[in-house]
Amino acid sequence: MRITKRAATVALLTAATVALTGCSAAGGSTDSADAACEPAEGKVDLTFTSWIPGIEEVVDVWNEANPDIQVAVQTGPNGNGGTYANFFNQLEAGNAPDLGQIEYDALPNFRVQDGLVNLASCDGVMDAKDDFVDWTWGQVSFNEDDAAYAIPQDSGPMAMFYRADLFEANGIAIPTTWEEYALAAEQVRATGAYITNFSQSDINQFAGLVWQAGGTWFGNDGTDWTVNLTDDTSIKVADYWQDLIDRDLVSTQPAWTTEWDNAYNTGAAWTWNSAAWGANSIASGAPDTAGKWAVAQSPQWEAGDEASGNWGGSSTAVFTGSEHPYEAAQFALWLNSSSESLTMLNEAANLYPAAKAGLDLPVLKEGVEFYGNQPIYDEFAAASGQVSSDFVWGPTMTQTYNDVSDGFKAAVSGNGTLAEALTTGQSATIDALKAQSIPVKE
Amino acid sequence: MSALTETPVVARPSRRVTRRTENAPKGPKESPLSRVGAMTVMLVFTLYFLIPIWWLFIAGTKSSSQFTSTNPLWFADFNLFANIGNLVAYRDGVFLKWMLNSALYAGAGALLATLFAAMCGYALAKYRFPGRELLFNIVLGGVLVPATALALPLFLIFSQVSLTNTFWAVFLPSLVSPFGVYLTRIFASASVPDELIEAARLDGAGEVRTFFTVSVKLMFPALVTVFLFQFVAIWNNFFLPLIMLRDETLFPVTLGLYAWNSQVNQIPELRGYVLIGALLSIIPLIILFLLLQRFWRNGLSAGSVK
Repeated sequence: MRITKRAATVALLTAATVALTGCSAAGGSTDSADAACEPAEGKVDLTFTSWIPGIEEVVDVWNEANPDIQVAVQTGPNGNGGTYANFFNQLEAGNAPDLGQIEYDALPNFRVQDGLVNLASCDGVMDAKDDFVDWTWGQVSFNEDDAAYAIPQDSGPMAMFYRADLFEANGIAIPTTWEEYALAAEQVRATGAYITNFSQSDINQFAGLVWQAGGTWFGNDGTDWTVNLTDDTSIKVADYWQDLIDRDLVSTQPAWTTEWDNAYNTGAAWTWNSAAWGANSIASGAPDTAGKWAVAQSPQWEAGDEASGNWGGSSTAVFTGSEHPYEAAQFALWLNSSSESLTMLNEAANLYPAAKAGLDLPVLKEGVEFYGNQPIYDEFAAASGQVSSDFVWGPTMTQTYNDVSDGFKAAVSGNGTLAEALTTGQSATIDALKAQSIPVKE
Repeated sequence: MSALTETPVVARPSRRVTRRTENAPKGPKESPLSRVGAMTVMLVFTLYFLIPIWWLFIAGTKSSSQFTSTNPLWFADFNLFANIGNLVAYRDGVFLKWMLNSALYAGAGALLATLFAAMCGYALAKYRFPGRELLFNIVLGGVLVPATALALPLFLIFSQVSLTNTFWAVFLPSLVSPFGVYLTRIFASASVPDELIEAARLDGAGEVRTFFTVSVKLMFPALVTVFLFQFVAIWNNFFLPLIMLRDETLFPVTLGLYAWNSQVNQIPELRGYVLIGALLSIIPLIILFLLLQRFWRNGLSAGSVK
């Protein structure tokens, strides 16, 4: 028993340390105002932290072609797994890398801490604006003119993966609206299966559904933040899924587990509203269903609409304190818009590009065997063009995710509702912003 | 981890048995009921600790498609060696590099930490000097501070001297073992007689020579314990490397596997590598425990006879 007790103490203290880390990171503020973005004389060495496996080979290609701008790759776990905390520690200690990978939903956090360099004055950056899908540029510029706090890297436009064979065999029409989706859910349930699984932990997936419905969770008028987790659109989406959960029309297993994989592998779940990068998750989690899946556009709230959400995606940012923002920006542009780099990133890590030209890469035009040779990425390319530019992330997304997720977990086990979870998340987020002295309008 | 937690399981029931024999003056006979009870408790705990390892082993032998679709506690097609081959080949054998790093951090780190702890504990036990108790109490306080709590301050300090993201950033903090100092001090005062040190001095041995030729040998069981604890602690240390290291070629195996595991959602094939990698990464600990537990047992009994 002694060991267990000690383990508990250690865990507690660890939690305290993490909390302290948050505080110390919040305390750090450095001047991000960059006067000019000028090329340096002579050879420049840059460091770049990214958690994409295989990105070293891509960077090697750049290093080969650019002897004067040499980039060294550093790596680690994914952002929320520790690399963001490391970035904040490094900014505090003054030894942050020149460039780092940051997901869209974490950018505001780094912006609020003055961790990002505005690259707008760097040669070629603003010219590249039109090379990227509009909404991805909106994410890195915070929809401000003359701003580019990062270069978009990849994106996760959402569509609907579905079991084409099962829908056909049971004579159920492929739903094109959420209303039809709910009706189809009843028919699927009548066969003993579920139409999909509602994930209690993937709050960014739920955010993608709200995004598609035209909502946004945050706003910033230049000084004050607003928190909108409970606006009409979010509540509409929450109530819709709550209804499906209440009627036992969707399963509520924890996502990304063996049971979850197995549900897809055995045909116990028929659809998944997910992002472009999810194509590989199904292929590997449900190998027995090869050839039976297909991809269609997400169901719409109004028949005839064409709207999509986004789930995931990251950008390449330049950190405050980098001595060579010009060279860093050139590298980031090449990394995220050259077809050579995008092809390699797609092959190594299934990244779905944020650059418009990237959507037409030959590898993304081919039929995919697992999906009955359907050229599924055409669907995602169309979806990418339908994602709204208006969705804004907040500066404390890790906390928001955790609070909402706690509420969702309770809701799926019958305590409270999804809408109530959003209400709790709303007030917890406002408290968190206030605690970090971030101006917030209520 | 597993190795560390297993020890109290073995220790607990045996302690109970000795206590019972003390209380029963009639003789060593036990009631069958208590024997069955003790065995049941042991069995339950053994299963509790072994089943996850069994699961890991089984998972390691399966191909990725059979991993989700077959019984998690029993074999499907036996692919263990193919899996190991794939893991070792992945990204030019970076996993092997991680294993070597872990072995170096833990092996060399534990060896030096044991040496320093032994010298320190020995000095505290055998020399009288002002502030000795204060020093010892400070060290004792150090036992209570978990290494995780020190990781961030260490990062800021190492940043000042530009040593982050180097071998030393993980190695140097591993050399400190307050628990080792505590244990060796207690053990030295109990098992190294002052008379023996006196005799060595009379024979003309210097203090250093006395320490290495006489005292170290007497303290050996304690040193093995310190070494084992420190080795396991460094091998399992995760938070410090996470904060300190950015260069993949410096990672210990724990951090490397964690980094992979954080990618599983987007790059599903990594899951197989994480599983088989986790299985391989506990083997050195098991081997070490099997090799060294002989010394350890000697040590535990050494003090008790007196």
